[in-house]
Amino acid sequence: MSILTYALHFQGEFNKNSLGAISEAGKLAQQIGGEAAAIVVGGDDLTDDFCKSLGKYGASKVYRVKGPEGIAQPVVDAMAKVIQENGYKYALFGGGLLGFEIGAGLSARLGAGVTMEVTQVKVQDGKLVAVRPVLQDSALVDVGFAGEPGIIIGRLNAFEVTEAGGGDAEVIDVDVEFSEFSTKAQVVKRGERGDEGGVNIEDADILVAGGRGLGSAEAFKLCEDLAEVLGGAVAATRAVVDAGWYPYSAQIGQTGKTVSPKLYLAAGISGAIQHKVGMQNSENIVAINKDPNAPIFEFCDLGIVGDLHQILPKLTEAVKAKKGA
Amino acid sequence: MAIAPAQFPPPVDSQKEFIKRGLDPEDERIEVGVAIVGGGTAGLACANRLLQLLAEDPKLMESLGEVPVAVIEKAKVCGGHNLSGAVMRPGPLQELFPDMTREDWRKEGFAFGEVKKDAVYLLPNGKTKIRVPTPPNFRNHGNEVVSVSALARFQQKVAEENGAYVLTETAATQLIVEDGRVVGVRSGDKGRGKEGEPLANFEPGTDIAAKAVVLAEGCWGHLTGAAIREFNLGEGREPQVWELGVKEIWKVPKPLDRVIHTLGPWPLRISAKYGQIGGTWIYPMKDAKTGDDLVSIGVVVDLDYKDATTSVHDLLQLFKLHPLVKGILEGGERIGWGAKALPGGGWWSMPKPVMPGAVLVGDAAGLVDTVALKGVHHCINSGKIAAEVIYESLKNGSTDFSAYQERLERSITGQELYQVRNTRQPFQKGLIKGGPLVGIMTLTKGKFPGGRWRWHRNDEVPMFIGDTHKRYPQPDGKYTFDKLSSVYVSGNATRDDAPNHIRVRKRVPREIAETWRWMCPAGVYEIPEDAPEKGDVDVIVNYTNCVQCGAITAKGGRLTTPEGGDGPLYQLT
Amino acid sequence: MKICVLVKEVPDAAVEKRIDPNTKRLDRSGEKNLNPFDTHAIEAAMQIKEGGTVDVSEIVAITMGPEGSERALHKAVSLGADRSIQLTDDALAGSDVCATGYALAKVLEAEQPDLVLLGQQSDDGECYAIGAVVADHLKMPSLTQVIEMETQPDKVVCRRQAEYGYDTVEVPLPAVISVGDAINEPRYPSLKAIMGAKKKPLDKKSAADVGIEPDKVGEQGSRTQVLAINPPPAKEPGEIIEDENTDETVEKIVAWLEERKLLA
Repeated sequence: MSILTYALHFQGEFNKNSLGAISEAGKLAQQIGGEAAAIVVGGDDLTDDFCKSLGKYGASKVYRVKGPEGIAQPVVDAMAKVIQENGYKYALFGGGLLGFEIGAGLSARLGAGVTMEVTQVKVQDGKLVAVRPVLQDSALVDVGFAGEPGIIIGRLNAFEVTEAGGGDAEVIDVDVEFSEFSTKAQVVKRGERGDEGGVNIEDADILVAGGRGLGSAEAFKLCEDLAEVLGGAVAATRAVVDAGWYPYSAQIGQTGKTVSPKLYLAAGISGAIQHKVGMQNSENIVAINKDPNAPIFEFCDLGIVGDLHQILPKLTEAVKAKKGA
Repeated sequence: MAIAPAQFPPPVDSQKEFIKRGLDPEDERIEVGVAIVGGGTAGLACANRLLQLLAEDPKLMESLGEVPVAVIEKAKVCGGHNLSGAVMRPGPLQELFPDMTREDWRKEGFAFGEVKKDAVYLLPNGKTKIRVPTPPNFRNHGNEVVSVSALARFQQKVAEENGAYVLTETAATQLIVEDGRVVGVRSGDKGRGKEGEPLANFEPGTDIAAKAVVLAEGCWGHLTGAAIREFNLGEGREPQVWELGVKEIWKVPKPLDRVIHTLGPWPLRISAKYGQIGGTWIYPMKDAKTGDDLVSIGVVVDLDYKDATTSVHDLLQLFKLHPLVKGILEGGERIGWGAKALPGGGWWSMPKPVMPGAVLVGDAAGLVDTVALKGVHHCINSGKIAAEVIYESLKNGSTDFSAYQERLERSITGQELYQVRNTRQPFQKGLIKGGPLVGIMTLTKGKFPGGRWRWHRNDEVPMFIGDTHKRYPQPDGKYTFDKLSSVYVSGNATRDDAPNHIRVRKRVPREIAETWRWMCPAGVYEIPEDAPEKGDVDVIVNYTNCVQCGAITAKGGRLTTPEGGDGPLYQLT
Repeated sequence: MKICVLVKEVPDAAVEKRIDPNTKRLDRSGEKNLNPFDTHAIEAAMQIKEGGTVDVSEIVAITMGPEGSERALHKAVSLGADRSIQLTDDALAGSDVCATGYALAKVLEAEQPDLVLLGQQSDDGECYAIGAVVADHLKMPSLTQVIEMETQPDKVVCRRQAEYGYDTVEVPLPAVISVGDAINEPRYPSLKAIMGAKKKPLDKKSAADVGIEPDKVGEQGSRTQVLAINPPPAKEPGEIIEDENTDETVEKIVAWLEERKLLA
């Protein structure tokens, strides 16, 4: 019972979510008595060494296909062929645009079941069961597959990257005849940075968010300084955006953006539900607020009752020192 | 020094802003037969009845053009902004839909059971209760517990099936008056920004010309206020006064078997100094669709109070702590919340319900019996009567609807309201002084003492910063709740950059600012932390929280027409 | 150019959502609204029509849904579509992503559009790439997450959001393009358009009308099964520190962050 994953690459590096998918596939394959493999599609930049390196994340084989990069449909052709010729039972994708597109296209091509936004994969009776949240994360559903293969598409950042310690993967070149329509779309320019001047808060791994407790627009500098040393971005609550202290593009909450970073540090934010729904899925929530009764203390992982004007600058210094060390 | 909100009137000129003199040219406007402003119980009852009559009269139906009946509703769907207790007298709804049984009502999801038992309590404090014999106006046997929000959805469906155009997410912002008569209404603009500036997707409103206009806007609506001034409909009448109700719906583990009312004084303050008059209700609801046992619970307080820290939302949270209520709600789950003001002046405050070209129905006409807490059947009844008068007049080629006033007054609506015409006014003296008088009036069915008892305006009441707020419980998020999370539960999804629809003076004495801050169930008004303790303060207006209850209009501000589609999305209130 | 826009009715964002314990699928009985992402797709179609570089013969709105889903089509028409098609059939109930995409593709096959537009995701969070499913069945090139689009008579030049920033991709027509909400600001329909919507032609089609094979759709055609519904795992209550000595507090925070590898 083997699992095929897709590894997206760009400018000599594999995508973090793809590596997560391979790591996950490696672990699961062992439990269901099979192996994990990866497929890559690209040009000459797919050197032997580059492809073999996927072995350390858990892939025993890497299928290498010469084809256009950055477009989903040729990968569907390639994966469909490899799955059908080698009997892979599952296809696993890390979160991200191409994962969604390829997975969905593959389900149409093979008439296979597909589950998206998966946060966890379990093994039940020797089969894989995908777990995904529904209804704004208020419930989790277990989804099983009828027929083969089953296609699992993870939520962004759902699968952790682990170096399982395997040796080099076996690289197998595959010749794929692409469908006529798959290669019609042409990438003219790839990977341009956005002109938003800064990190899009939805993509940031670390967010330092400021609320009314900051007291003034100027105090946002404290958040910016901390965000800089942590390597993250700055977000804001609706109240401060309304007050003009920070731009709308940084707003988190019911009508702003929804985020799920690895670290969400909330300074001077009470945690009212309109804000909570925008960030409650953050992996680690740290809250600093001088009001011990603030609702945010009920759902944070680490809460500090204190004056952010004292704490933030010292924290920034301490982090800088730690990282510099 | 007495500080009353009336001394700080909001920056609004209703006649200038809400009345348009003259229609747009024909190719720019829409022509309809009858335009009904407001898709609530009364407006839709009018539409339902009209279409029943028109179905039997194809000739008149055709003469009204492509759109014989148009209902203009600012919520996302009819019922989205409607809220009431409610225990309804069944008669008028049965008359409106004679082919429906009460079982049918429940299957449609807007009715929740016949009242078999009732109980009335006095609450001397937060721990004990005294059962009293049910006063005549509170006898509810045979009545039905309903949700006006769900009822409106049903009525909308029926209206559309019978040929009405129900224009939801559409606000009516101006009354169009030409040569001294109402000739239509203008729909609101969409796509304006915070300062009212047109955004990229700005879409201007449209004139809707109609042969008859029915104002069914509810608790003293936007156009109704302008119409009353324009046509002097308030002449010779008492000023209108209001009450504010905040309500929650709970799913409960064991069914409640009776309708409960409490007459106070707890959780209100008994001393006349605070001026707090009000009561509570707890109604059982059996949801026929899901089988769930639900409870509607709420607190209603006259907006006549003097203590600026009176907060009906928090009084409701406090009320829930009484053992009577805990015994009902504990173990349950809150599934709904809402707030709405209602007109409490009764007979003497009712404006003249007819003007050239238009009529008033429902709460807009002040048709609420606040002694028995009944208004739903009056809404339906007035809507029906208005439809019948309009139909007959149009059939005779006339647009004179003055017969409506007489018919309304002669109907059970007029009779019931006349009977209780003085019964609430004595409470202006306070619960202790007023109570006995109210009792006597009730027992003598309004005959004694007779005469005409006056009302004074809510916003003329001088406010002081008292200590009612000290009793409010700290919300725990599971049984008692804060305002913000309650607004969230109401389904409020107002656009972040929508224009501000609330008119208040931005800088007022602290007493006034505190009045607004505590009064508003949605937390719209805030005072900056560094504002001075005495004297004038700036008021922060978080208007996107607004659930459009209307209370601000009673206490010194003005709720003007918001953008269509904004505001709460009530479902079972 | 003929443009088809795929639209869907989804539960209104404000409605409390719940799973129907009987079907184990989303209970769709409450208030519904046109999927907000689809309004961007219709707006994109209208902007092409009004843009002047391409001659658009008609914009057709298409939905697959139960009784009542005509409302989504009325809204689409009030926003500018010329006519609409409703694919409705009991046999389609319970269709998963794959089946839905297949069914819609069958309707589109009959229409032969030059461009298919749709919102890239639906508010009920079911999936993010039905466009890819539809395109595969139609054997047309497809692109999702498109936030800018320049349309020419024979191709569209798209800017789309990807893992590494923005890609510019040229796609020859016919094609299936799924748009994101950043692409435009949808217009508000005028009252006249809203009231005129019911008069525009609406074709009701059954599964048989478009040649849908019954075993590929509905519950029986579904290739996924919901095995269980569980509440989310209860979160461990967090640690609360009272700041009495800020230097010490900060040390604790740094240690906490380091433990969780957040200071990499």
